[in-house]
Amino acid sequence: MTAKTRRRPPVLAVLSTAFIVLWLVLAAFPFLWTLWGSFKVQGDFFSRQDWVNALTGVHTIAETGGPFTGRGYYGAWVTKEFWRAAINTGIVTVSVVLISLTFGTLGGYALSRSPHRYAFWILIAALIFRAMPHITLVSGYLLPFFQLNVWGYLTTAIVVLVAINQPFTLWMLHSFFKSIPKDLDESAMVDGCSRFQAFRMVIIPVMWPGVVTTGLFSFLLAYNDFAVTATLLTQDNQTMVPKIASFLGTTQVQGNVMYAVSAVVSATVPLFLLVLFFQRQIVSGLTAGAVKG
Amino acid sequence: MPHRTFIWFILPSALAMLIFIALPIVSILVQSLFVENERVLVTVENCGPFGCQKEVRVDAQATAALQREHPLGRFNGLGTYGNRSHLAFSEIAAIWNARPTLAGFLSEVMTLPFYRALAFTLAYTAVVTPLVIALGFFIALAVDALPRMVKGPVIFMSLLPMMITPLIGSLVLFWMIDSNGIIGASIQALANDPSLSLKASATLAWITLFVYGIWHSAPFAFVVFYAGLQTVPQDTMESAMIDGASRWERVRYVVLPHLSPLVVFVALIQLMDNFRVFEPIVGFSAQANATSLSFNIYNDLRSTGTPLFGSAAATSVLTLAGVALLLTPVLVRTWRDFKRSR
Repeated sequence: MTAKTRRRPPVLAVLSTAFIVLWLVLAAFPFLWTLWGSFKVQGDFFSRQDWVNALTGVHTIAETGGPFTGRGYYGAWVTKEFWRAAINTGIVTVSVVLISLTFGTLGGYALSRSPHRYAFWILIAALIFRAMPHITLVSGYLLPFFQLNVWGYLTTAIVVLVAINQPFTLWMLHSFFKSIPKDLDESAMVDGCSRFQAFRMVIIPVMWPGVVTTGLFSFLLAYNDFAVTATLLTQDNQTMVPKIASFLGTTQVQGNVMYAVSAVVSATVPLFLLVLFFQRQIVSGLTAGAVKG
Repeated sequence: MPHRTFIWFILPSALAMLIFIALPIVSILVQSLFVENERVLVTVENCGPFGCQKEVRVDAQATAALQREHPLGRFNGLGTYGNRSHLAFSEIAAIWNARPTLAGFLSEVMTLPFYRALAFTLAYTAVVTPLVIALGFFIALAVDALPRMVKGPVIFMSLLPMMITPLIGSLVLFWMIDSNGIIGASIQALANDPSLSLKASATLAWITLFVYGIWHSAPFAFVVFYAGLQTVPQDTMESAMIDGASRWERVRYVVLPHLSPLVVFVALIQLMDNFRVFEPIVGFSAQANATSLSFNIYNDLRSTGTPLFGSAAATSVLTLAGVALLLTPVLVRTWRDFKRSR
């Protein structure tokens, strides 16, 4: 907006700034607080006497000798074998992103280039599928998966997450492909490319920003999932989020809550880095569906 | 694009959706008509030095055999839908006859698991969706007025509550409102009531979950509206100013109409996402005070011993009916637009 329409009376400017500061505190403080607290002992982070103990670390100093301790992290990663869950999460998310993008680019491209009515109906069906609560789908899977003996494996969770991801991936990639002029692939086909060659060698190279953005959201869906991974995986194959949930069952024991706090902070770090490096793509991805579609 | 090529391109994606989204719907429809096999009981006579005793035992072998033979369980027709954990027709009728006042009737109905979950799910959707849109809009207006330099970091911090795993985000807040945590302890000190706990009362638990929902989703509305604000036509804004429109009138009559398609978009996504509210209830351990439809399904599936597939499936079917009701206006509108555009 230009300077003239932007000028604001000072009262409004102060109010607006105060509002933003308040929002930022609400948005970011819980994470800072938990990060800080994860290096304390339970007696400080969940202090019976005074929450100021979490800042000064009275019990942490008394119990461990220093103001900060890595006990929670040691307990989570080594004693409770959180590293296993981290590896599983890595396998699941990378596979889900790669397969989703392969299927999604093919399908999204076809939908953006087809003038027929069924393309519209496929998109509408995808929208309806997008609205299905994941846990209702899981309740459809469980019994068949038990019967087929495929329950509990990472592969099963990957396949299911790819499928649940498809409606969203299709919509997003479809709207990105629409913004690429049809002339581009048509001229490639005039020059003798097949449809697939035009897609592979002409369209995909100019689509990278869209593919990266969609990949980010596929990653988030797989990484953040709880409903599917908590119900379809065995104890040994658990990914990070259900593993953290299972830590909570044993919260009564002194020190165990700090395992969960440390695990939560550990699982937040990749998301934090993701936002840090891909902020622009995330913002453009969130708006792509709204502005273009 | 010829039909043949189209089919080859769409096939992997369409197959994935057919097998893992469309078929499960059929699967829950079928499962909801069955209930778990009964355990096979045998009566054995134990004779000891003090005489004979008759004892009823579960015949594990025969039960397993029955389970192998009928993995779905016994056919139950629509019985599961009407039982106490779902629509509870006979219980409702009994309560209706026993309680003359409406308030008494409603509070009794709220003890039935399905209606309890439905009430919370609807309340959550109805409260969180508009507040997310309003909060997101005001954040977008305020951020848009900030100097360019601080916008990047502000947007970065604003995105965090949305990007966080829902279960983890609710745990982070849950630990802070714990009566030994920073917010919980401060509230106790402020209210001067050491027994006050956000987890104890149903009302406070509901409010906590609503606040979490707004905190989690406001960034999404904010980002969408913020992008929309960048495209507000400047000519219209300036002419509105020249015509003497106040700041608020400009927002009301120029900015809001410009953003209205985005409001519809955010509302649609939020309705779909809020209706399946689930993780926060696990994260806040709030099941004693608030359950949602999704949580009930999860609870049935995780029920100790044998999972209650029939019960979970019936709740799933009822949930999908709710989703269909929510989506109908959108679909009717899309269909009208589509017919008009042809």
